[in-house]
Amino acid sequence: MQKELDEVLAQVPFFEGMPDDEITLIAGCGRNVRFDTGETIFRQGDAADTFYVVRHGTVAVGNFVPPRGDLVIETLEAGDLLGWSWLFPPYRSHFDARALSLVRATQFDGACLRDKCAADPALGYDLMSRFAQVLIERLQWTRLRLLDVYGDGR
Amino acid sequence: MATVAEERAPGAFVPSPFRLAERRQDTADTWTLTLEPVGGGFAVAPGQFVMVYAFGVGEVPISVSGPPDRPGEPVVLTIRAVGAVTRAICASEPGAVLGLRGPLGNSWPVEQAAGGDIVVVAGGIGLAPLRPVVLHTRARRGEYGAASVLYGARTPQDILYPGELEDWGSDLAVEVTVDAADTGWTGRVGVVPQLVAQTNFRPEAVTAFVCGPEVMIHFTVEALRERGVPDERIFLSLERDMRCGVGLCGHCQLGPTLICRDGPVYSQAQVGELLEVREL
Repeated sequence: MQKELDEVLAQVPFFEGMPDDEITLIAGCGRNVRFDTGETIFRQGDAADTFYVVRHGTVAVGNFVPPRGDLVIETLEAGDLLGWSWLFPPYRSHFDARALSLVRATQFDGACLRDKCAADPALGYDLMSRFAQVLIERLQWTRLRLLDVYGDGR
Repeated sequence: MATVAEERAPGAFVPSPFRLAERRQDTADTWTLTLEPVGGGFAVAPGQFVMVYAFGVGEVPISVSGPPDRPGEPVVLTIRAVGAVTRAICASEPGAVLGLRGPLGNSWPVEQAAGGDIVVVAGGIGLAPLRPVVLHTRARRGEYGAASVLYGARTPQDILYPGELEDWGSDLAVEVTVDAADTGWTGRVGVVPQLVAQTNFRPEAVTAFVCGPEVMIHFTVEALRERGVPDERIFLSLERDMRCGVGLCGHCQLGPTLICRDGPVYSQAQVGELLEVREL
């Protein structure tokens, strides 16, 4: 089972180029999960003790905004990373995540990974660099949306 | 030496009458008009535009979203009502007569792209000038390899041609994303340049056709370059403050080029550096 997860992760773009021994260490904190269409993956305020690599399906990340209801901020597809609140205290989710279709993902135990990163700084630096790249990309795309480029400029 | 009038299409200077045959509202502020020539009409190549004259109100440049292959066929225009002239045009009732000057400008290099892959990237009403590329690709599907349409809109309610997008999905890879949505929307939420990374094409053999707001074009070009698509194979349709449409007034000048005369379609290699100059 562990071997299989290693192989699955090696195919995920997020882990591309990562040494095999690091992937093995990370895989030790992971397990495969599935969510049915409409199922909540986590909610705002939940303990953020996990993150996910989406392998199949679509996840909506959003929030409940009274009185407008549930709004979707972005959608994530196969290969995308879901969840980074596990990285820093207070380890609480800031948004809701919901499966828009059948979702298959690999779920990682945040506490387990934090311990391994603390014990192995090279692994920690590599993993944090990869997370930083994802965060920067998401921030850039979010900034682009803030420009409201399809508005009529008035 | 030929005069400017001799270099332009016969209908470039004097509006030809076209009768509004059909008007369809696409979104809250966008309409698609089908106009039939009262006289002979004209053929339009994919990417060309016309100057549309609402008599007594004014004239605006509009890209042709449904180009006639030969004179006498109707011209289809998709227009966003954002100013006095476009509001007057979109408010016209079937039977009304509008003036069209054209066809004007150059066209998308659809023939040049044959034999390779195609990726169409559109944002907002930028899908209208690219619709002819999609129709051409579908009509000659066997001449192209992988063919994709990536489209971004503000919200699900702002998506142009939703029925057609679904239909195009039968023989093209169509991906639609919106900037914002509520839970009634089960599609993608994000910006259209994000889709480029996941799209199936051969970077060395793809031709990219891009149209939308300039900021969206900028980020799309960056995403295409990251995939290894050369600037010479990235084509953009630009929009500036066009007035005369025939290269005389200079309002649409972008450095050494006049968009109405030399464009509106350029390769990234031709205009990429110019688009980075804020003063232009």
